[in-house]
Amino acid sequence: MSVRSTAAAVRAGERSALSVVEEHLAAIDAHEDEIHAFNLVLADESLARAEELDRRIADGGDPGPLAGVPVALKDNLCTRGIDTTCGSRILEGWRPPYDATAVERLAEAGAVVIGKTNCDEFAMGSSTENSAFGPTLNPLDTSRVPGGSSGGSAAAVAAGFAPLALGSDTGGSIRQPAALCGTVGVKPTYGRVSRYGLVAFGSSLDQIGPFAATVEDAALLLEVIGGHDPRDSTSIPEASPDLLGVLGQGVEGLRIGIITELMGGPDRAASVEGIADDVRARVEQAAEALATAGATVEHASVPSTIYGLSAYYLIAPAEASSNLARFDGVRFGLRVDGDTAPEMNTATRTAGFGDEVKRRIMLGTYALSAGYYDAYYGRSQKVRTLIQRDFARAYETFDLLLSPTAPTTAFPVGERTDDPMMMYLADVCTIPSNLAGHPSMSVPFGTGDDGLPVGVQVLAPALDEATMFRAAAVLEGAAP
Amino acid sequence: MTSPENPRLSREDVAHVADLARLALTDDELDAFTGQLADVLDHAADLDALDLDDVPPMANPFPLVNVLRADEPGNDDVRAEVLAAAPSVEDGRFRVPPVLGEAP
Repeated sequence: MSVRSTAAAVRAGERSALSVVEEHLAAIDAHEDEIHAFNLVLADESLARAEELDRRIADGGDPGPLAGVPVALKDNLCTRGIDTTCGSRILEGWRPPYDATAVERLAEAGAVVIGKTNCDEFAMGSSTENSAFGPTLNPLDTSRVPGGSSGGSAAAVAAGFAPLALGSDTGGSIRQPAALCGTVGVKPTYGRVSRYGLVAFGSSLDQIGPFAATVEDAALLLEVIGGHDPRDSTSIPEASPDLLGVLGQGVEGLRIGIITELMGGPDRAASVEGIADDVRARVEQAAEALATAGATVEHASVPSTIYGLSAYYLIAPAEASSNLARFDGVRFGLRVDGDTAPEMNTATRTAGFGDEVKRRIMLGTYALSAGYYDAYYGRSQKVRTLIQRDFARAYETFDLLLSPTAPTTAFPVGERTDDPMMMYLADVCTIPSNLAGHPSMSVPFGTGDDGLPVGVQVLAPALDEATMFRAAAVLEGAAP
Repeated sequence: MTSPENPRLSREDVAHVADLARLALTDDELDAFTGQLADVLDHAADLDALDLDDVPPMANPFPLVNVLRADEPGNDDVRAEVLAAAPSVEDGRFRVPPVLGEAP
């Protein structure tokens, strides 16, 4: 049942919000032990909230377009009075004094927050194995990772624990786990969704976005959380886009380019490495489906995307090293005592952060340090300009672009934990959209040779989520 | 490639940035992190081939200028809640150990 139908039934009094929530809590009870999608399940709170919504409806009220719909929140989204850990010991037990704007908008739309989902610590990772609270496993095969960093949100939707979830995407952290778990995942245009109340990782890259089982459900969720917010100075001063209204418009006449540099293959020298043959074959099949539906599909070149990974792993750590300086044992979270304030700071951060966070903080500190700033951070920011220019050139010819979301299907748990660089390669196709600030989304499209889902990435120019969703809807309908 | 003797990044460099970032590392951690961080810098060496002299840096995808909120008075008094979340407070302030090493 679609989210829209569920909410319609609840709003019409045909179905109680309580029964919707109970059904999902039962699914969590049955399978959460195997998956570990959540850091915190809000069972009592969500039941109380459902009863409140049912009372409002009985009194003639209308809670809104997500009435009674359970939503799982990545644990780096601030929830007033409710633990928000970011998957880190350093924030264990911290309860924010305010709600994120996206969380507020969910409440205003009648949604029910059912829990806080597990993630790589401070959203740094591609497998959800970097959480201080243990890994999340892929519901489709528990020997595989769910992707990351929003792996708990992807797993929650894939396992039927919640029809909707929110994640955050700095270099692919929504789209890549969506691909690996077989769900839809969307990174909106930078500035489309307010970052107020999202614990910052890479501030010029971070975006909040939806996970859902279907393109329509994801569209509805993005409509609810999107739109201008005066509390985020990078929020684009525009209303949330109309997406549900365009979903059925098809792709007739659209020009769609397959990004050569993100397809790999022996005959394509100027491409990123590591794109699996079975994944490439599915993307080619998706392109054919779009052509059959009336789009013009050709190969497109966005040459500097091959430099995205290198630039990203200097820029994002640099921003992270600055953002995470606030975790010093003074104002919130963990404190480990020391004789002096600097000793206390060091003891707290050393005990509170995991290895991946320490790696990124040190890498970022190095990239920003005297003598290296121009060589690393400065040059990476220039590469960002090149990538944005190359996209702009491609979008003179094409309405949308297409690529794999992830180079491979879900990889085995533990395979890459000792080799950070190998882990980083999982984001090679998703990073360019973050660097450019453009929207992109992952749509499930068949499976790989191992029977696990493949995600196709649809990329659009800034602010054109509407066209992106039209193509996503066509792909969903044509998926094998 | 993961040798601590990587010319791009020495063990001393990593010890220095760890100190700047207020992180204490064991000798084993220092070895492991040096190799791993050097791997990332080795990968980033592909950027060396680019001619970027005339390319401006980009810090934000959509620079918005003069972003001001409406100048409306409000009363967002969350002082008690904020202090309640702190590890140590005294007289309405955050309490920390002495900054210069001697007890007051």
